[in-house]
Amino acid sequence: MEEKFEPQMVGFLCRWCSYQAADLAGTSRMKYQPNIVFTRVMCSSRVDPIFVIKAFFHGADGVIIAGCHPGDCHYQEGNYYARRRFALINKIFEKLNLEPERLRLAWISASEGPKFAKVTQDFVNDIRKIGPNRTRKEIFL
Amino acid sequence: MAKVLELGKSIDEGVRALLRFLLESGKIKGVLTLTKISRDDDVAYSLITNSELVEDTVPLYPLMPSNTAKLLTRLTLLEPMTEPIAAVVKPCELRGFIELIKLNQGSLENILFISSTCGGVYSLKTAEKGNVGEKLPQYWESIKKMEVPPDVRPTCKGCKYFLPYSADITVDLIGKEYNGKKCEILINTQKGEEFISGMEGELKEVEIPTEYIDSYRNKRLAEREKIFNEIRVEKFGLEELINIFGKCIGCHGCRTVCPICYCKLCYFDSRESDYKPINFETELERKDGMRIPPDTILYQIVRLTHISTSCVGCGMCSDICPVDIPLSIIFSMMGESVQGMFEYVPGKNVEEKMPLITFKTEEFVELEL
Repeated sequence: MEEKFEPQMVGFLCRWCSYQAADLAGTSRMKYQPNIVFTRVMCSSRVDPIFVIKAFFHGADGVIIAGCHPGDCHYQEGNYYARRRFALINKIFEKLNLEPERLRLAWISASEGPKFAKVTQDFVNDIRKIGPNRTRKEIFL
Repeated sequence: MAKVLELGKSIDEGVRALLRFLLESGKIKGVLTLTKISRDDDVAYSLITNSELVEDTVPLYPLMPSNTAKLLTRLTLLEPMTEPIAAVVKPCELRGFIELIKLNQGSLENILFISSTCGGVYSLKTAEKGNVGEKLPQYWESIKKMEVPPDVRPTCKGCKYFLPYSADITVDLIGKEYNGKKCEILINTQKGEEFISGMEGELKEVEIPTEYIDSYRNKRLAEREKIFNEIRVEKFGLEELINIFGKCIGCHGCRTVCPICYCKLCYFDSRESDYKPINFETELERKDGMRIPPDTILYQIVRLTHISTSCVGCGMCSDICPVDIPLSIIFSMMGESVQGMFEYVPGKNVEEKMPLITFKTEEFVELEL
């Protein structure tokens, strides 16, 4: 019997902007699908590429990193470094043909509750279309 | 215009004469270079201080028992050299060391870098069988004819950075007769000039033609394309990754010999990468089985994120791989595309910041939401 596919995804939100946006979306009673498990980090640049890759190879169907808009980082420039790291991971996934569409980077400020809800919703919908990550069932990783 | 010191000796003798001069004049205290151990084919890096022992050195021997970048780091990690030494290095080793300098893993102070245009090196397996000596005449012959020597490491065949960046003194080999009567030593820096002044030979200012280098580079590029086409990473996907890396025995030798992997405690040796039974149990709830130990592919991909921006393509990793995974080609290919994206050439310029510790405010906007 075919199991119904329910995406299990991971997200990293910066404490100053995107996590606040998640709060705002919640208090504004906006609806979005609850498939992404979010982790709060002090800054988007706290996300070591290993977090993303480990999540991916342990079966996460998608990984999103969200932080302050460029220029608005609480630590002045953390998100610029985060962007370069994301570019690196994305390039490696793209070049190895490892479904880079399962990775996403978004800038969501503290006041953008609606954007948070939309980005989450869209990502989950996209992953539903792509289907489950093959690393979920793969033995020889 | 470049300054060239011309010696009426073979290149083989000329380089040794240079080392002898530097030691005897007291300008340097020691020479770090390849030295014969016993049989002709067994060589190891050593730091030699007695000029009589220069006889046993083989500075331009086409073999890389370990990447000198790593050795120079061992010498200079805690403090710079107190007295000047000369290091005879291959271009990729020098680039590797420059990358390590950027990572605060050594110091350039008091080191005179002598390098050469590089024809590539043989794999360690060739040396193990004692074949390098037999191959040498053929090796120097193909370099004279400006061809890519057969049987050298695959990454060497396709290496486009065979001209050393930031060497003080360069010995040009491409298109030259190794055992002939002429040895040209190019002096690239002020430092090089100071060290070499007083040495016997004819000092000239010459215009170095670039056409022959370009034509040789094109041969290498053609070879590179051929090698890259055999392993098409673009077509990998998860399945092919498992095919290629599945046989990895997890010895982590590639990490040990890699000049860029410098961490004293690797993530993959730390407790962080160990599993509690509950981790295995959780994993096995949705899987029918699990490779033990796990994380083979994860290890390679994480290593890619750590070193692909700095990979100099020296080829040590695939050379020591006990199960013959073509690591260096995969890493060279990945490195090329990652470095291209950041417009960065590892080891080219010690002042240039590494890609991940710098940024531009307007870039990669296509990746953001």
